[in-house]
Amino acid sequence: MSIDLPLVFAAIIAFGVIMYVVMDGFDLGVGILYPFFKDRGDRDVMMNTIAPVWDGNETWLVLGGVALFGAFPMAYAVILPALYLPLMLMLVALIFRGVAFEFRFKAARTRPLWDFAFAAGSTVATFCQGLALGAFVQGIKVSGRGFAGGTFDWLTPFALFTGAALVAGYAMLGCAWLIMKTEGGLRDRLFAMMRPIGLVVLAFIAGVSLWTPFHDPQIMTRWFSWPNIAYLSPVPILVALLGLGLVRAVRRRHESGPFLYTLGLFVLSYAGLAISLWPDIVPPDVSIWDASGAPESQRFLIVGMAILIPVILGYTGYSYWVFRGKVRADSGYH
Amino acid sequence: MSGLDALDLARIQFAFTVSFHILFPSFTIGLASYLAVLGGLWLWTGREVFHTLARFWSRIFAMSFGMGVVSGVVMSYQFGTNWSRFSDVAGNVLGPLLSYEVLTAFFLEAGFLGIMLFGWNRVGRGLHFFATCMVAVGTLISTFWILSANSWMHTPQGHAIRDGRFFPEDWLQVIFNPSFPYRLAHMVLAAYLTTAFVVGAVGAWHLLRNGRNEAARVMFSMAMWMATLVAPVQIFAGDAHGLNTLEHQPEKIAAIEGHWETSRGMPLFLFGWPDMEREETRLALGIPHLGSLILTHSWDGEVRGLKEWPKDQRPPSTVIFWTFRAMVGLGMLMALTGLLALWLRWRGQLYDTKLFHHAAVAMAPAGFVAILCGWITTEMGRQPWVVHGLLRTSDALSPVPAHNVAVSLAAFVVVYLIVFGVGVFYILRLMRAGPETVHVPVPEGVRAAPMRPLSAAGGTVESGGRAR
Ligand code: HDD
Ligand code: HEM
Ligand code: HEM
Repeated sequence: MSIDLPLVFAAIIAFGVIMYVVMDGFDLGVGILYPFFKDRGDRDVMMNTIAPVWDGNETWLVLGGVALFGAFPMAYAVILPALYLPLMLMLVALIFRGVAFEFRFKAARTRPLWDFAFAAGSTVATFCQGLALGAFVQGIKVSGRGFAGGTFDWLTPFALFTGAALVAGYAMLGCAWLIMKTEGGLRDRLFAMMRPIGLVVLAFIAGVSLWTPFHDPQIMTRWFSWPNIAYLSPVPILVALLGLGLVRAVRRRHESGPFLYTLGLFVLSYAGLAISLWPDIVPPDVSIWDASGAPESQRFLIVGMAILIPVILGYTGYSYWVFRGKVRADSGYH
Repeated sequence: MSGLDALDLARIQFAFTVSFHILFPSFTIGLASYLAVLGGLWLWTGREVFHTLARFWSRIFAMSFGMGVVSGVVMSYQFGTNWSRFSDVAGNVLGPLLSYEVLTAFFLEAGFLGIMLFGWNRVGRGLHFFATCMVAVGTLISTFWILSANSWMHTPQGHAIRDGRFFPEDWLQVIFNPSFPYRLAHMVLAAYLTTAFVVGAVGAWHLLRNGRNEAARVMFSMAMWMATLVAPVQIFAGDAHGLNTLEHQPEKIAAIEGHWETSRGMPLFLFGWPDMEREETRLALGIPHLGSLILTHSWDGEVRGLKEWPKDQRPPSTVIFWTFRAMVGLGMLMALTGLLALWLRWRGQLYDTKLFHHAAVAMAPAGFVAILCGWITTEMGRQPWVVHGLLRTSDALSPVPAHNVAVSLAAFVVVYLIVFGVGVFYILRLMRAGPETVHVPVPEGVRAAPMRPLSAAGGTVESGGRAR
């Protein structure tokens, strides 16, 4: 047995999380942008671009949760109580945005209410995710195998900052997605929004990157000591290049460019985070090996994952392919 | 405060959220299979009425499915937030089972749901049918895994305990634990029956308005066939399930029956008030020997009474005595409905016996009520254990303060009542509108939808074809 199972599972969970962030990210982003578009036809289009796929996207969140439960039960048992209130609020917000897909088209007089539920649900869920992320990065108090901190440990300026950062980030993903999926006047307005949102996001990325190392001297040395600084310098450089590429793509009104550059930015930021936290699964002290579940559980699970994840990616891809192309107000269903 | 501690609150929260959740899956599991059948019949016979029905029910399905998903996501996080010690202690066993549920079921459902609901004009009929089948299969696979996990908590096996934590040793034994096959069969049948009675009620309601309504006739007839055939099977499955429980959780059966002293020739109480303090069943009204006859299949079989267990290990008999009777009573009513339908069908009066149609409308909620009663019986009958005989509920709790649980519980109650209240209201409105309103003929030979916008439509086609 030479496979390092905890490492493999950490990679799988990391993959699941980035899939979630990117895919539900653009769904939630569409919701965040909703208040900026008052026209009912525009709103129909916006919602129809994501209606057939949002459920699959949200399933990655469920996978992230249960895979943590399956492979690192201790981490699951520590992180969830530590982030109790933000997670509960996120779940409630996700309920509102999830049912809005169905309710909005059934409602007549109350439609504005469900529009509001969709926008607010998306924004609050995103903010809570960012908050949870920030609190997680800052570290969680553990004693024995359980959470030992207080109810409001997660409520810090840094966590509020990452919350806001994620709202901006998802808005950017949503905007880029919509540019690909829409046409006409709606798309023109989205193009106009893309640049300011992009600049805000880049500022947030810079802010989070500079702030993070101050939480933990270890993170500081990891990034800023020689020779690490040389090995890791491509990360910020690439971020800058992608930012430039994005601005150019918007200027040339390239339709899929903004989305691809935004994806790149997310993946890089995520990689930066992983570099900072490695090898902790519960920062600052619990490593993936400390929290690892039983090897017999992980072995049982890895077999299924190795077979099923490619299959899932396959039919998910097929479903996206079926719904490719531009979306119009009348291409809804039922 | 209210005198409830974190444990009580967490239990109430779990019971509340899962009870809401289960209402939607119960309906969608059955409806997904029904839609697959309708799609298959449409492909096979080409009769437009099956298409109309499929369109009609798939809108309702979409609503119910959406609510099942959002309430389910809450469930999967609840283990960690409220029952984190349980997660740590039993995670090695239950975590992989739930992970397999996500990998084999949830993704499958979600992946094909889009095509099933939005793909009518984008893929061919055959592919659309395939997508519907995948969603239906997904709901059944989901049932498989979640019930395996739940059954393991009732009848754990295939594990070892080290340092107070569970470690899996034999996965086949864990998955196929002794109560699992019974619970799975009983639950799937329950979901099918629940759906059948809803479909039947909607059919009957429209028949009462217009007896010539072809779609209403077809759905009413299909639903009544389900009742006729499946309700008796369910009684049989329930009986087998009870015998299995007698073997593995005899105290649960004793509590269900309000049976205190171990004895032979036990009566079957039809009425009574099991009193946990006085250790007796007051006001008992029973049929002698019938209890033994059902449970041991012999006139004088011995059944153990609740007094054999220490007080702190007795499930709350007062509640589950009644929930069990409600479930069984409804099961009998369902079988009776099925028999009546068969008789009317034979006499050629199925579509014009108004009284029977009224009865069928009244039976609409029967399945939901029976399912909730069944689950309460099962889960409360396991108390005070989370993992039967091994881990107490009180040792499973998260180290979160009571006020956190109270706040989130209050939020869930308010949000669920509003959101799901509205959802159910919309569903009822769709049901009332009836199948004629959805008739959307698909042009022959439509394959993939045009990728470029239809120039003729010009963007002005109001959302008229959309649900109302
Ligand atoms: C895989 C696990 C699982 C599954 C599928 C279910 N339950 Fe359960 N149930 C639990 C795992 C559990 C639990 C986590 O173990 C609880 C929490 C506290 C407890 O004792 O057991 C519980 C408690 C619990 C209670 C409270 C009992 C009490 O505290 O006295 C009720 C009423 C239900 N459940 C009802 C249901 C319903 C309606 C279900 C249908 C979906 C259901 N359960 C499925
Ligand atoms: C208490 C334990 C339970 C948990 C943790 C749980 C978890 C979940 C989750 C996370 C979802 C949403 C999946 C998605 O995103 O698509 C879901 C939906 C679903 N659940 Fe549950 N569930 C529980 C109980 C049950 C039971 C007992 C059944 C069946 C007997 C069931 C059947 C389903 C089905 C069929 C769906 C698909 C959505 C739907 O049809 O409405 N669940 N569940
Ligand atoms: C009429 C005859 C019936 C009998 C004898 C019967 C028997 C039982 C028994 C003994 C249990 C508890 C098993 C345990 O906890 O170990 C149970 C649970 C349950 N019953 Fe029934 N039942 C009947 C009808 C129904 C009907 C008609 C429905 C729903 C439509 C239903 C739904 C359920 C559900 C959802 C559970 C909980 C899950 C489970 O443990 O399987 N039952 N039933």
